[in-house]
Amino acid sequence: MRFTKTRPLTALALLVAALALAVGFSACGGGGDTTGGEETAAETSSEETTGGEEEGGEGEAIQSNPANAKVSLTIGSKNFPEQEILGEIYAQALSAAGYKVKSDLSLGSETVALKAVESGAVSGYPEYASTALTSFFGLEPEEVPSDATEAWEKANAEFEKKGLEAFEPTPVASANAVGTLKSTAEKYGLKDVSDLEGVSEKLTLYGSPECRERIDCLAGLEKLYGLKFKQFKPVDISLRYKVLENHQADLSILFTTDPQLSAEKNKFVILEDDKHVFPAGNVIFVTKKSTAEKAGPDYEGTILNVQKGLTLPVVQELDARVELEKQTPKEAAAAYLEAAGYVE
Amino acid sequence: MSLFSLLPPAAYSFGGALEFIFSKQTSNVTGGNKVGGIDQVLELAAAQIEVSVLALLLALLIALPVALYFGHRGVGELVAVGIGNAGRAVPELALVALVALVIGVGTGTLVLVLAVLGIPPILTNTFVGIRQVDRASVDAARGAGMTELEVLRKVELPLAVPSIMQGIRGSAVNIVATATIAPLVGVATLGEFILGENVYGADGVLAGAIVVAVLALLFEFGLAALQRRLTPKGLKLQQASE
Repeated sequence: MRFTKTRPLTALALLVAALALAVGFSACGGGGDTTGGEETAAETSSEETTGGEEEGGEGEAIQSNPANAKVSLTIGSKNFPEQEILGEIYAQALSAAGYKVKSDLSLGSETVALKAVESGAVSGYPEYASTALTSFFGLEPEEVPSDATEAWEKANAEFEKKGLEAFEPTPVASANAVGTLKSTAEKYGLKDVSDLEGVSEKLTLYGSPECRERIDCLAGLEKLYGLKFKQFKPVDISLRYKVLENHQADLSILFTTDPQLSAEKNKFVILEDDKHVFPAGNVIFVTKKSTAEKAGPDYEGTILNVQKGLTLPVVQELDARVELEKQTPKEAAAAYLEAAGYVE
Repeated sequence: MSLFSLLPPAAYSFGGALEFIFSKQTSNVTGGNKVGGIDQVLELAAAQIEVSVLALLLALLIALPVALYFGHRGVGELVAVGIGNAGRAVPELALVALVALVIGVGTGTLVLVLAVLGIPPILTNTFVGIRQVDRASVDAARGAGMTELEVLRKVELPLAVPSIMQGIRGSAVNIVATATIAPLVGVATLGEFILGENVYGADGVLAGAIVVAVLALLFEFGLAALQRRLTPKGLKLQQASE
C-alpha cells in the first residue's frame, strides 16, 4: 500500500533527474566538437615547433659566485604563463649565479606586482615597458615610444622617482592584438583593425574583465578607432582561444607572443593595429634600487645575460611548451637555460 | 605569500570605496573615461542578482525534491550527508574553469556551477529536517488516514521549514558571494570591480566587496522574512517557549 502511494513523489524525483540529464546533454552538445580540434592543434604545434627550437649555445654560461650566497632574492611575476616562465628563467639564472633564490610567481595584475616590489615582498619581477608606461605612469597608448630603448629609458626615469629601477629590455616585445578565426577574417575581408568599421556592430568581442575600460583594449578600440561592437564579454585570459574555437566569440583579445599564432597559422589571425591602440612592450625587469645595490653587480649582469636569448620565436616556443604541451613554467625555463648554454 | 602583506593599509579606504560607489572616478588606464559610480554599480549588481536567483532556483529544483523524497522514505542518509559534505569541498574556481572548457562560457555555465555550489546545504538540511520530525506526529498522521503524500505535505514539510530554510539561506549567501567570479566566464557582475584593480583601483576592489556583502545580507534578510511567514504558528510558539 505504502509504496503505491508514494508514486507521485517518485515521479517527481524522476522528472528532476531527467531534467538535470537533459540540461547536461544539451549543454555538452555546444562544445563537444571543439575538443578534438584542440588536441590536434596541440599535436601539430609540438611537431612544428620542436624543429626550430632555441638556437642553442649562444648564451654566456653563468658563473656561480660564492660571494652571492649571503644574498636572498625573491623573484615575482604576474599571473599568466608567459610571466611565470620569465620569472622562472630569472630565478633559475640568479640561482645559478650563486644567489639564494625563492620564487613567488603569479602575484596578480601589474598593480599587485608593483606593490609587492615596493613593499619588499618580492625583489623584482618582469614587466612590459608599454604596460608600465600606460598603467603606472599615465601615458596614452599612442605616446608609448615604439623604440624599445626609448620606451625603457622613459619608464626607468619614472621608476627612479619611486626608488625603483628597470634593467635594460629583452629582445622580445609583446602587445595585445585583436584576433579572430581565419574564416571570420575572410568572410568580412578583415586585415587591419580599421577594416572592422561597418561590421563590428555585428561582432562579439571577448577580452579580460579589465579590457572593457582599458584604453589599450576595448576603450581604445571604441575611442580611437570609433568602433562599436555588438557585445563585449569578459572572460578569463586562459580562455582567449577557446572562445574563438567555440564560435562564441567573433573577435578575441590575444597577445602577439601567443604560440597559437605561429603554430596554427591557418586557424587564427591577428588584425594589424593600424592606428596604434596596442603599444608593443619589451620586457624589463623591475626591482628596488636598494635591492640592486645590496645584491651586487651579478644581479643585473645575470638578468641582462640570461634575457639575451629571449627573441620572439624563443618566447613563442616557451609559451607553447607551457600553454599547449602543459609543461610547468619551471621545466620550460630550465630547458631554455640549458639549450641556450647558460647552465650545464 | 600572504596577500595582506602586499596591501599597505592606506591603499584601501572605506571612504574611497563609498565615493567609488556613488560617483564616477578617474582611472590611469582608461584614457580619460571615468569608472564606477552608482549607475555602473547598480547595473552590475542587477546582473549578479539575476544569475544568483537563477542558480538558486536550479539548486532548489534539483535538491529539494530529492531530499524530500529520501527524507520521507528515511533512506540514503549516508548519500545525502556525504554529498553535502563533499559539495562543500568543491573548489568553485576550478569547477567553473572545467565547465567553461567543456561547454563554453556564458550564463548557462555560470548558473550550473553556482547551482552545484548551492545544492549541498539545501540537500543536507532538508533531509535532516524531514528526518527529525517527531515520529509520533508522523504515525498519528498515518493513523488518521493521511496518504504518504499528505503526511509529507501537511506534517513533515511544515515542521521541517526552519531546517529547510536554513539550508536555503546558506545556499543563497554562498551563491551570491561566489557569483563574483562571473567575469571569468563571460558574464559581467560586481566581480569586474574586484578582478580589475588596474582599472578600478583599490577603492573599486573594496567597493565591489562591500556591494557583494550588502547583496548577501539582502538575500539573507529576505529569506529570513520568508521563513517567518512559512513557519507554522505552533512551531513558533514551541520555539519561543523553549
